[in-house]
Amino acid sequence: MERVAVVVFPGSNCDADTLAAAREAGTDAYFVWHRDTDLQRADIAILPGGFSYGDYLRSGAIARFSPIMRAVAAHAQAGGPVLGICNGFQILCEAGLLPGGLMRNARLKFLSRPVRVRVEATDTPFTRLYGPGEELTVPIAHGDGRYVVDPRAAAELEAGGRVVWRYLGDNPNGSTNDIAGVCNAGRNVVGIMPHPERRTTPVLGGQDGARVFHSMEARHATQHAGAVRALGSQHSRV
Amino acid sequence: MTRATPCRGDPPITPELVREHNLTPAEYRRIEAMLGRAPTFAELGIFSALWSEHCSYKHSRPVLKTLPTTGPQVVQGPGENAGVLRLPDGWAVAFKIESHNHPSAVEPYQGAATGAGGILRDVFTMGARPVALLNSLRFGPLDDARNRYLLAGVVRGIGDYGNCVGVPTVGGEVDFAPRYDGNPLVNAMCIGVLKEKDLIRAAARGVGNVLLAVGSRTGRDGIHGASFASAELTHESERRRPQVQVGDPFTEKLLLEASLELIASGHIVAIQDMGAAGLTSSSAEMAARGGVGVEIDLSLVPTREPGMTPYEILLSESQERMLVVAKADRVKEVQAIAAKWELGATAIGRITDDGLYRATWGEQVVVEIPGQRLIDDCPVYEPEAKEDPAVARLRAMCPSPEPRAPSPEAAFLKLLDHPSIASKRWVFEQYDSTVQAGTVIAPGGDAGVIRVRDAAFGVAVTTDGNSRYVLLDPYEGGKAAVAEAARNVACTGARPLGITDCLNFGSPERPAVFWQFREACRGIADACRTLGTPVTGGNVSFYNESPTGAVDPTPVVGMVGLLKRVEQAVPSHARQAGDVVFVLGETRPELGGSAYWEAIHGFVGGEPPRVDLEAERRLIDLLVAGAERGLCRSAHDCSQGGLGVALAEVAMGGPYQDAGFGMDVDLTAYSAPRTWEELLFSESHGRAVITCAPERAAAVAALAQELGVPAYRAGTVGEYDGSVRLQLRDAVVHCVVRRLREVYFTAIPRRMGD
Repeated sequence: MERVAVVVFPGSNCDADTLAAAREAGTDAYFVWHRDTDLQRADIAILPGGFSYGDYLRSGAIARFSPIMRAVAAHAQAGGPVLGICNGFQILCEAGLLPGGLMRNARLKFLSRPVRVRVEATDTPFTRLYGPGEELTVPIAHGDGRYVVDPRAAAELEAGGRVVWRYLGDNPNGSTNDIAGVCNAGRNVVGIMPHPERRTTPVLGGQDGARVFHSMEARHATQHAGAVRALGSQHSRV
Repeated sequence: MTRATPCRGDPPITPELVREHNLTPAEYRRIEAMLGRAPTFAELGIFSALWSEHCSYKHSRPVLKTLPTTGPQVVQGPGENAGVLRLPDGWAVAFKIESHNHPSAVEPYQGAATGAGGILRDVFTMGARPVALLNSLRFGPLDDARNRYLLAGVVRGIGDYGNCVGVPTVGGEVDFAPRYDGNPLVNAMCIGVLKEKDLIRAAARGVGNVLLAVGSRTGRDGIHGASFASAELTHESERRRPQVQVGDPFTEKLLLEASLELIASGHIVAIQDMGAAGLTSSSAEMAARGGVGVEIDLSLVPTREPGMTPYEILLSESQERMLVVAKADRVKEVQAIAAKWELGATAIGRITDDGLYRATWGEQVVVEIPGQRLIDDCPVYEPEAKEDPAVARLRAMCPSPEPRAPSPEAAFLKLLDHPSIASKRWVFEQYDSTVQAGTVIAPGGDAGVIRVRDAAFGVAVTTDGNSRYVLLDPYEGGKAAVAEAARNVACTGARPLGITDCLNFGSPERPAVFWQFREACRGIADACRTLGTPVTGGNVSFYNESPTGAVDPTPVVGMVGLLKRVEQAVPSHARQAGDVVFVLGETRPELGGSAYWEAIHGFVGGEPPRVDLEAERRLIDLLVAGAERGLCRSAHDCSQGGLGVALAEVAMGGPYQDAGFGMDVDLTAYSAPRTWEELLFSESHGRAVITCAPERAAAVAALAQELGVPAYRAGTVGEYDGSVRLQLRDAVVHCVVRRLREVYFTAIPRRMGD
């Protein structure tokens, strides 16, 4: 069972949803407070969505100075998996653990809706149970979701296969190259703008997000991967 | 005689000062008699706030008493921060609706944001975790720049606040009419869930227990907001922009978590938001509910700026503040929990046994009022009520025959383009509708549906109200608001459980307005009795008047319903080609008050549709039973725009489908012979459109017959991305679904310029 630390900042508001999704996937998930200084032997760290410190300055700009972020950075540098969702993605960029940054949506309004994304990279700890090129429907809910990198860094991301998820159809926020999620060069740190934790069961309109969490548990148990991959179809066991 | 002495610098109490505090000479005499002396300036401020309409309901109380408030499902009726209804397995739902109209009219962003903040606090101070927000909004027409500015500001304000706190907005309504020009209505509703055993009430008790101010510091913002909300808007109102409070949703989120932790800890006996009239109302109301006295040392209240007077501290409406009554020996524990959430918690007073409401500044007593009488002795008025004869005349009128009715297709498209009918996607996309991972039916359906983690049931919620009906016939309009809300909830498969109401009217001191109010409440009461949905609380908002007159009378009903099994929730839109389309209920020639007459003829008049409450109840039973037996693939009620619009909405599908389904419907044998105008656009109540798999059609028909609901098998769902064809006796309507979607989904963004 993977130990998953869900980091709670003041203003996090997807912490409980993320914890629940991780537990439903069979992990031993628990909260870590932003003032804590260690991740309590976590195998995986997740920075959930929300408005850390109100995001009054710039999304994620204050949270990166939280005491826990030292431990998160150390974990990442040691090759430990780190996932940032929405505000968590913004914090990872602010902390320099991922390249680029997230700017105000192109249409200058908060946007909450389901979007289509294509899975571009399946060799990360959070996407290994998806098929390459698989198309998913997942919700977004953000005001600052326009992923921006300079052209050279964008080319590097593309060449290195580091775009993890890409928007299909309408680009909802004006992101560079329709990027919805990226990983670092080590492929252990992943940031995504959509909210997989909100689409884990048919009653919520679908379960396309569930395998982000099952992927974590499947990291050391690839023999189960086939069974869990069935989650992609309508009549899966979950 | 109570003792209290003026502070240095207090103005003398003159008749002018009394008048500026919105107190009548008679009310002032009552105060003097109660105190046995002239009030101090601070006391005058307290009476002004607590005896304002907003806090005291002095014009509405006798009418509100006629509303049904009891039932086996009621855990907490009116009189608390929020009403509470019982759910299965020990769960309960706390919910309330409240207006923030006046602040939103002068400062739309902060006015609406703090409206959302206030209603959230009302719910979580009951010990409930907020799980959904809704809002009911009214604006003047969008061809006016000011109205576009108000809509944009209000929506952004609600969005920024709710999104940051992390509570999904799952439903609501937006309507546009000329009488809201410059006087928008902003009603916010919040739903929270809790275990019934964890319910906490805002009654102070325990002599010696300690009052703590938790959360934000007290500033000079929002002083006298309650009395501001109890007067008409004038050209002067714009100057009161500084009286509008400023919201801080980040602190709200911390306050939410801290409050729920405090309640669960057992260290506190009561908690209340310092909302309208701030420290004054929260402390006085909690004391009166518990039958105790309180003593507060105002010099201990943490302030944002130096030099604040007792008067200002008592009446500030700074946001994100809580008043907590801690057990005498648990103050440190309370402070530790607050500190964990980075909030201050300062002891400012204590519970006393003398029944007096006392405030001091250090040693000096600046306020001393008999506590119970401060709340209970507020005068109650029963204003004159008389229908405006002009409305009676309007009811008897029909639109002039010119301009002639356009073709059915043109009328159809014009209605789908009407901002009141068209998709509100532009609005609800700015609200996070899926945070908390519990949204089963998102905005754009008949009602929002949420699941509760670790529970099998679902909760359906909606807000509804149609001011055209209320204007023309307030009794029928009141009934209609409840009936439509119940229908919307039932379309999802949920059983309507109870309501909260937000009653937005003009000045009650005008007989025509008070008549509207009284009759609308009578209608709400009758409907709630028949449908078994008691009123658990709500809000009265009078004085919604601008220099051009009163708003249309707008009672808004917020309803909560229970879905026994959340996975049985029924969506609004057709989902499968070949499914059978049923029209439930009867269509009568009822174009009075219709969107059709308003949109096509520019005429608001005639007899609005009558609500047959027994028929509504049967329809609700059918929709609920149909969902429980898994018979319906979709269900959608008929309201504004009538059957024509309802059928189009079922066909078009939701906002995020690439296309909708066609529909082939033949109405030639439906109802008594009617013209196409009546058949398509009458707004008769008690109707819904459902679709079901062909093999279930016989079961639907049998169930409808058993329950006494007319069910007409009207046709079938067509191909995906097909067209809608409606065959009538005297016309055929034929439209490509793609075209319908384009009109319906772009009507508002096109007017808003994006």
